[in-house]
Amino acid sequence: MTMVPRPFRVQQVRHETHDTFTLELEPVKGADSFAFQPGQFNMLYVFGVGEIPISISSDPTNPRTLMHTTREVGTVTKAMGKLKRGDVIGVRGPFGTPWPVEQAEGADVVIVAGGIGLAPLRSALYQMLAHRDRYEKIVLLYGTRTPNDILYKRELQRWRSQFDLEVHITVDRAMGGWRSNVGVVTSLIPRAPFDARNSVALVCGPEIMMRFTVLELQRRGVPPSQIYISMERNMKCGTGICGHCQFGPYFVCKDGPVFRYDQVQHLFERREI
Amino acid sequence: MRTLETILAEHPFFAGLEKRHLEVLTGCASNALFQEGQIIFHEGEQANEFYLIREGRVALEIHAAGVGTVTIQTLNAGDILGWSWLVPPYRWHFDARAVEPTRAIVLDGECLRRKCEQDHDLGYELLKRFAEIITQRLQATRLQLLDVYSARR
Ligand SMILES: Cc1cc2nc3c(=O)[nH]c(=O)nc-3n(C[C@H](O)[C@H](O)[C@H](O)COP(=O)(O)OP(=O)(O)OC[C@H]3O[C@@H](n4cnc5c(N)ncnc54)[C@H](O)[C@@H]3O)c2cc1C
Ligand code: FES
Repeated sequence: MTMVPRPFRVQQVRHETHDTFTLELEPVKGADSFAFQPGQFNMLYVFGVGEIPISISSDPTNPRTLMHTTREVGTVTKAMGKLKRGDVIGVRGPFGTPWPVEQAEGADVVIVAGGIGLAPLRSALYQMLAHRDRYEKIVLLYGTRTPNDILYKRELQRWRSQFDLEVHITVDRAMGGWRSNVGVVTSLIPRAPFDARNSVALVCGPEIMMRFTVLELQRRGVPPSQIYISMERNMKCGTGICGHCQFGPYFVCKDGPVFRYDQVQHLFERREI
Repeated sequence: MRTLETILAEHPFFAGLEKRHLEVLTGCASNALFQEGQIIFHEGEQANEFYLIREGRVALEIHAAGVGTVTIQTLNAGDILGWSWLVPPYRWHFDARAVEPTRAIVLDGECLRRKCEQDHDLGYELLKRFAEIITQRLQATRLQLLDVYSARR
């Protein structure tokens, strides 16, 4: 059924920051849950406007509520930002490869998120926290533009006060009042408390941010085969047919968006692929 | 109590330094304590020292007309604060303010500059280490200037 959009009703619209919002969706009819794995995305169709890929940001262990956190950048995302409770949109999916949360069991997990890149990683965090005893340390390093751009503020606050999760936030720039870290997210890596040799790193954010992050993780001693990145490419079909999302020999929509770094390293280090 | 010399010897920034050089550094070092909110140095002032932060957090700030004070980087335990003491005309490029109560070891730059002139091996070792810090700061600034998280990408 992945070629035909299913109607979903907007249950709630939550404004996260001045330009990001989270839609809570539930199916209009049929099954009352939506199974997916963390890191996967849906093609969301705003009727009469267009269809775009958006990662699922909700809890995979609670598939009754489906959430997507979106930043308004252009035509479709802006139209999506105007949706209200009760409106209906089309959903195709889930598509794509998941974060390797099961392979990471028994190891430290370091999550490095930049900007809206925290959205797909939130699903992975939910899943790991639901099985907390299967992991060693879990460390979240989150970088964003300013304190006003921090997503999921209340949740981060709660996670921060938890003993079994380390949360470190940094912003690129801050005015008075902000008492935490300022600087790029990579600056959190050298002293973050994880065992580089026995850890799995999950990285999502703008490509440049991921490039510098991967370098810093490797400098810290994390092997490339234990680093995972999530790539964004413009998409159309979402099913490996149209070729829109090509990334070297891969189609991001079906071979990604999550890739093991050593498998795409040769492509990732080149520009404009 | 750990001596200044052991603290310096164990710091990654000084890893691999010869004992005689560590002794010189220790001779130029002392402890410093800053209260929350205290200015450690001001932009434009003479830069005659650098700091090894042991505890706390320090913000590097700039003042822009019409904008106010903007923090562009914070340094935490383990970080080195200040490289301007090494590069003429030895003036600070930012304001540094303790965001939290901060403990540091302060190294006297004038004293070190003299020692480096007398012993170029020491000078070269320090220069190598500071060149790395200056490069890191430059890279971080570049990445910040790219404003990678902005909606217009
Ligand atoms: C697998 C995947 C998962 C994604 N998950 C999320 C998510 O969880 N939240 C979210 O906010 N966005 C996500 N995106 C990005 C989202 O799909 C785009 O922002 C959206 O397609 C823009 O559509 P638009 O019509 O609003 O903008 P357009 O009018 O098409 O474009 C506006 C501007 O955004 C740029 N742009 C468009 N698409 C992308 C893209 N994919 N990457 C970078 N720049 C782009 C355009 O070049 C243009 O400058 C994801 C993309 C992919 C491929
Ligand atoms: S979006 Fe069509 S092939 Fe990937």
